[in-house]
This record gives sequence, structure tokens and C-alpha cells, in this order.
Amino acid sequence: MAETASATHVRHGSSIGQPLTRRDGVLKVTGQARYAADNHPPGMLHAALAVSSIARGRVAALDVAAARAHPGVVEVMTPANRPPLAQDPDDKNGPFVFRMEALQDDRVRYAGQPIAVVIAETLEAATEGAALLAPRYEAEAVETGLDASDVFIPQMVGPGAPAEARHGDVEAGLAAAERRVEATYETPAQYHNAMEPHAIVAAWEGDRLTVDTPSQGLAWAQERIAGLLGLPPENIHIRSPFLGGGFGSKGVISGPQVLGILAARLVGRPVKLVLRREQMYGPVGHRGPTRQTLRLGAGEDGGLTALHHHVRTATSRFDDFLEPAASVSHTLYAAPAIATTYDAVRLDTGTPLFMRAPGEASGSIALESAIDEMALECGMDPLEFRLRNYAEVEPMSGKPFSSKALRECYAQGVARFGWAGRPLQPRQMRDENGLLVGWGLGTATFPALMFQGQARAVIRRDGTALAETGAHDMGQGAWTALAQLAADSLGLEIDQVEFRSGDSRLPDAGIAGGSSHTATAGIALHHAGADAIAKLTELAMADQRSPLFGAGNMGVVARNGRLLRRDDESRGESYADILTRAGLAEIEGRGTGAMDPAVPEHYATHSHGAVFAEVKIDPELGQIRATRLVGAFAAGRIVNPRLVRSQYYGGMIWGVSFALHEQAVMDKCSGRVMNANLGEYHVPVNADVPSLEAILVEEHDPHVNPLGIKGVGEIGITGTAGAVANAVWHATGVRVRRFPIAIEKLLV
Amino acid sequence: MARIHVTTTINGEPMEFLCEPQQSLLDALRNNLGLTGTKEGCGTGDCGACSITFDGRLTCSCLVLAVEAEGHEIGTIEGMAQGETLHPLQRKFLEMAALQCGICTPGVLIAARALLEKNPDPTETEVRFGLAGNLCRCTGYDKIVRAVMETAAEMRETAS
Ligand code: FES
Ligand code: FES
Repeated sequence: MAETASATHVRHGSSIGQPLTRRDGVLKVTGQARYAADNHPPGMLHAALAVSSIARGRVAALDVAAARAHPGVVEVMTPANRPPLAQDPDDKNGPFVFRMEALQDDRVRYAGQPIAVVIAETLEAATEGAALLAPRYEAEAVETGLDASDVFIPQMVGPGAPAEARHGDVEAGLAAAERRVEATYETPAQYHNAMEPHAIVAAWEGDRLTVDTPSQGLAWAQERIAGLLGLPPENIHIRSPFLGGGFGSKGVISGPQVLGILAARLVGRPVKLVLRREQMYGPVGHRGPTRQTLRLGAGEDGGLTALHHHVRTATSRFDDFLEPAASVSHTLYAAPAIATTYDAVRLDTGTPLFMRAPGEASGSIALESAIDEMALECGMDPLEFRLRNYAEVEPMSGKPFSSKALRECYAQGVARFGWAGRPLQPRQMRDENGLLVGWGLGTATFPALMFQGQARAVIRRDGTALAETGAHDMGQGAWTALAQLAADSLGLEIDQVEFRSGDSRLPDAGIAGGSSHTATAGIALHHAGADAIAKLTELAMADQRSPLFGAGNMGVVARNGRLLRRDDESRGESYADILTRAGLAEIEGRGTGAMDPAVPEHYATHSHGAVFAEVKIDPELGQIRATRLVGAFAAGRIVNPRLVRSQYYGGMIWGVSFALHEQAVMDKCSGRVMNANLGEYHVPVNADVPSLEAILVEEHDPHVNPLGIKGVGEIGITGTAGAVANAVWHATGVRVRRFPIAIEKLLV
Repeated sequence: MARIHVTTTINGEPMEFLCEPQQSLLDALRNNLGLTGTKEGCGTGDCGACSITFDGRLTCSCLVLAVEAEGHEIGTIEGMAQGETLHPLQRKFLEMAALQCGICTPGVLIAARALLEKNPDPTETEVRFGLAGNLCRCTGYDKIVRAVMETAAEMRETAS
């Protein structure tokens, strides 16, 4: 049961903490959930993108006439006839605004960039029309890979964190160390590959626009589209009730989405544009590649003396997003001296973007590998070494953690996995079939962030309520978890609350990213409910006919649709009675969810976890299988354990994928991703992965926000990737430092 | 180009539609017939989001031409529940949270049904390999496997 206090009024609800099944589930198992591409307004045309096959240069010619002449083709949109935009799509006017390609000129800046749009009566005609464009190019030499020539030192990484950070004297710490490890790890470019391709259905009515498109940030999207079109934001209506996965790639509006809107403008009819899978390897972001050098020093006792985490990463030639891979080193281990530094190269690719656990995913696989290497150097068990260097306060900032149950995560994970008796040396364990067996450990961490969000709650005269916020359900379960929070905030059962979400006309719920959405939108709902209850209470307390008259500073309790005197719960009345007597149809409350600025000033806020992995490897063939995974995570208050466990599982498989499967392979000459399809860009399939176990470690966070909610969406990747990598080493004695770990890298 | 008239059976109902010769069955289901429960994740046979049954056989509808449906029986997610009554697999998927974003779910359910029809008592490995053609980027698969195994057990019990 949850009890939440707001001023003198207390609300009781029983929804938070319940493992409710997802409320959108029936729609999804019956095929009735309507995703963006399932919309088909009357008169709709289909659009197909033509994309560049070179990575740098210009489009010299397109056979527009041939495409236009194809039966069914209605129009071909190129830079020559693309409707004007009010804003240059290359203008940067905000930290989360990225340059995009919307046919502004004939330049090509990466392979897979849109160069024309063919609009036709059928998808087949549009696709065929796009093929008939037969572009000719003036190609220029491309640069790919982390050794490209255009090196620079970034000032900022990620969404705006300072690139360089130092605490203590690292060189002195390394010089004084008795043990040293210096190792370089590489992580490849990865693509989000949500199972739902980016899609947009755009329909204009005069200067009003309705779009169906998956969005992790409705208000951002609305503002960005409005800015580009020169229209007031309220003219843009975006519907995004369900996303077929997002993982960051649907966080900002991309060029293709804008092109769908412009295509509809051009032809004066609704248009649907859906990216083909191979078109998702260019204009919609990716995780930038990294090369990370870790320099660690430790004393004879296994205590770290210094930690230097240097990251070389890459961005596009025309915009900046730099994978903040070293941030994990600010948090995890108590070294007296820590430095994190960056440099970067510019490549002829699309601009990288945040991808599930940006920074922490790439950084933690390197750091956790290096920590294991140092543990071995010191002759210590990996867990013992981590506990020896356990950070009681955040090492880089010296701030206390708002909460940190990591010790408990280690303890519960170790017990469940059965870590005891693990030999220190590698290649010591075999299974009954002679396969090499290895056990590895990784520490998981992800910051607990909040964006800013709003919500509205309305208590109605019939005793039910409405709660609404423009939140985003990418699969994580917002439809359910947020409704639970809303119900409790109103002192009602969940079935008495109508919950609306996923629409730009609703209050801005902030961004579904950074594992912050439940906290942000949830706190907004929490306050909106509180506001509505407070107003209702005022109404009752001022009314002589109410049993609550004069309850005054004693306050009231809201429970089961009734307000009760706190000093005498036998005296109370229902919401319905209060509103009826007052002659009101409803009463409205509003709320905001945002991080109190005092919190990050005083506390470091992170979720934590510990992941234990077992792998089995064929000693002759090098074939690797993850066979067992146990994760124990502490992330503050858990709103819905059933959904949270799913989030952890999903994250853990992303961790396995990071360690063993995923990578975009770039052709160095053409600058094209060679495996831009789901056959060759490997994500784990069912047969690749083991059964999973996620332990929800109890943690109370009294500081992070009024409900003590941290985030669960991304942390599962972190820790897991390193645990698998460490298990592979433990099985084979081969330390692979270029991910993903593949057979050929083991057969040395 | 002349459209072609196709007579087929979809979810047990006789159905006729017009399509273009080069149209995929997936596209015809979604665009011509409004059956949008079947999803497209790749269009190249790699993801299983478009899974249907073709004369009872699990098939990627993105790899079949719409005209090939002539005279055959097609099964899609829309026909899995009997009116309001969910198929045991659908119920279990809900109960056991075997879905998240849900975009792969119709395909996974169709594939799981086809699997259990062939093999009512699969081992975990058989389930994992049987559903290996259905990619899911959200769930980590574990809950899908558990839900299929439990449904199989339940269905065996009901049958006996
Ligand atoms: S859409 Fe048919 S297999 Fe992916
Ligand atoms: S539930 Fe999202 S892809 Fe499977």
C-alpha cells in the first residue's frame, strides 16, 4: 500500500506497487492496437523515399520524368519542388535539436540520406518510382572509422555534459600504484532497430496538420514541426498512442518524418511514409562507436589509486552528438583520483543519437572489463575487488547518493547465481559436454533523471476521475504504470480513473527517455491529483452542510472516493456528494513533475545493480552461448513489478547483444553500412538467449523525488554487457577488447 | 496495370479482393483488406512480424505474393480470438506479460500457435528454436517462452 503526503491532505491508494497486467494488452494481443503505420485516412497516398547510395558528394541527376511516368505515381518531390520551410532544417535552436536532411539542397552527407520522395497511389508504385529515379552522383572521398583525420576535442558530450572532468591527481595516483592496468576497448556503431520502422501518416486541412507517428517526445516533436513549418504549435496534432519500440531513435523528429509532412502538403492529400528497414541505418540515429582507454592503478591491498577513462568517439561531419561513455567512471568506483577525457572524429555518417543507456552502455562494458583485469592483477575475486572499491559517496563529486542499495544487489545476486567457489583463474570449468564454462560479473548503473512534465486530473460528479498527460508508451508500460500513479493520487481504484495519454493535445509529459518517464509524468500526475483533492477539500471544509466542515488544519484523508476527517475517519463524504452539493460537474487539478533543483545539488541520484553471467564456449569452434543471467537491481520505488521485470529482462538482452552480437559493419570505401538489414545486423533471437532472472531489490529513496521513483528502462544493459564479456574471459582466458566478442576473436 | 481478382479464405471467412500482381500478401492484408494486425518489420523475411498461416503453415506474408492466396486458407491475428474469447496463448501472454511494445506480438502469437499445433508438448529449446524467426527487441524473450510453455501445459490438460 502506498501512502503519500501532500500538505495536510493524505491520499490513500492501493495501485502503486501492484503487478497489474498491462492495460493496453488486449488491444496488442488481438492485433487491434493501432500503430502509426496502421492508419489509413481516406484518399491517402503512399510515399517512398529514395536514398543516397554514396556517403558524400552531391546528387548530379535524377530521372524524375521516368518516375513520374510510372503508372500510379502522383508526384516526385525533390529539392526543386519541395514546399518551402520557415526554418532551415540545419538551424540549431536548442540542445535537443538536430540538423536534418529535408531535401534542402543536392548535398549528400551520408549513405542512406533521403534525396527524393515518390508519392503514388500504391506502395508498389511509389517504390518502383523511387527505383526509376536512377540517381547519378558526384561523389567525394569519404572518411569512416575512429582513425579518421578530422580529430577534435569536444567541449560537451551527450546532451550537454562537460567533456572533461577531473578529481584528484591521476598521474600521481598511477605513479604511486603497485599494480597498473592499461587497456583499450572498442565498441562499434549500433543501430536502434526498434521492430517498428519509423512511420508517419500526415494529413493537412488548410494550415492544420494531423500526424500519426511514433514519438518519445510529443511536445518536442510538435514544437520542431511547428518551427519548421512556421505554424503555431497548436496547429500540429500528433497522435502516438503506441510505439513499436523507440530506444531513443524516436526521441527527436527526423528528416523522413518531415518529408512525409511536406509530401502531403505538396499533393494536397494525406500521405503515409514508412521507412524500409535498410533506411533505418542513416537518418534516424545510431549509437556512435567508441575506443576507450582505461588506465587504472591500485595498491597492494586492491584499493584503486587512480582511474583515467579516455574516450575517442565519432560524430557526423555536420552535427554533434558524442557518446558520453566515460560518465560511468564518475560514479562506480571509489578511486581517489579520476579523470575522464574525450576526443572525437568527424565521419561521413548520419549523426549519432542517444540509444538505450547512452554513455553507460558503452562505458560500462569497458570499465567493467578493466576492473576485472585489475582484480586479476591484484589476485582478487572480481566481487571482492568491487566491494573493496565500493563507492560510499559519488567519487567524482563527493556527493552522497540519494540512495544506493548496490551492496544488497551484489549480495542477492551472488546468492541466487551461486558465485561462491568460482575459480580465480580462467579456463578452469567445463560442463558435462566438455564445453568451457565461465562466470562473469558486472556492476550496473544508470542516472536517475527527470525531465519536466505536466498533468491534469479531473474529479467528476459521478465519483470517477480523468487523468491525462501526453505520455509515451514505447512498450515500457506507461499506459499501466502511470494510470496506477494517477489512481493513487486521487484516492480511487484504477478502474475508476479514465487515463488519457499519447496525444500532443494533452499536457506535455516530458520525454520518454533517460529512464525518467515514470518519475516525470508520474510526479506530474501525483501533483495534479493532489491539487484536485485539495480543491475538493476546500470546497467541503467551507460548507456547513459537510461533515468535513471545520476540519481545517487537521486535514483530511482521501480514500476510496471519499474524503475523511483525519482526526475522526467516521466523518466523511464521497467526492460525488461534495460536487453534487456544490452544483459542480467536476473539479480540476494540475500538476508539474520535475527534479527539484536542490536534489542534484546535494545528492548523486542513480539506480544500481549487479549482473552475473554464465557462458559456455566450444573449445574447438569458439562458439559462445550465454547460458545463465541473474541481475539484481535497486531503482527506488517500483510502481509495477511485473512491468519492471520486463524492462530489466529487455535491458539484459540488450547487454548480451552488446557483448556478443550487435555491430554495424561499415564499408570503408563507400561509407555504407554493409549489414543494413535484420538478417546480418545481429540482434539476439529467441534461440540465442538464456532464461533470465531479475531480482527487484528493495530500496527507499527519500530524496530523489516525492515518490522515490528512479528509472528502470536502461540499467539492464549496463552491467550485463560487462558481465558477459568477463564470463567469456573466465571461460577461455582470452580477453577480447573489441566488441562484439565473436568466434574469430576467440580463436587466437 | 490490370488488377487481379483473388478468391481466398481469411480466418475461416471466404474473401475476395483485388490486388496488383506484384503486391505482397502482407501489403494486401494491410492496405487492401484493412487487416493491420499483421505488421511489417523488414519486408525481407528476417523478422517474423508479418507471420500468418498459409494452409496452416507458418509463413512470412511479406515473402508471399497476394495473388498466391488464390484458393488457399490464410490465418491472421484477427482470427485468433473467438469473438470476445481470447485464444489461450493470447490470455497467457497477457497474464504473464509476454509483450511490451506489442509490435512483434501478433507474429509471435501466430508462430506460437503454429508451433503448438505441430508440437503440443515442446521443450524449452524447441520453443526457443521454434520462435527463433520472430524477433523481439523489447522483452528479452524469457516471458514469451514461459507463456508458450504454460499455455501448452494448460491446453494439454484441457485436451485430456
Ligand atoms: S516483415 Fe516479413 S519477416 Fe519481417
Ligand atoms: S514487444 Fe516490442 S518487439 Fe516484441
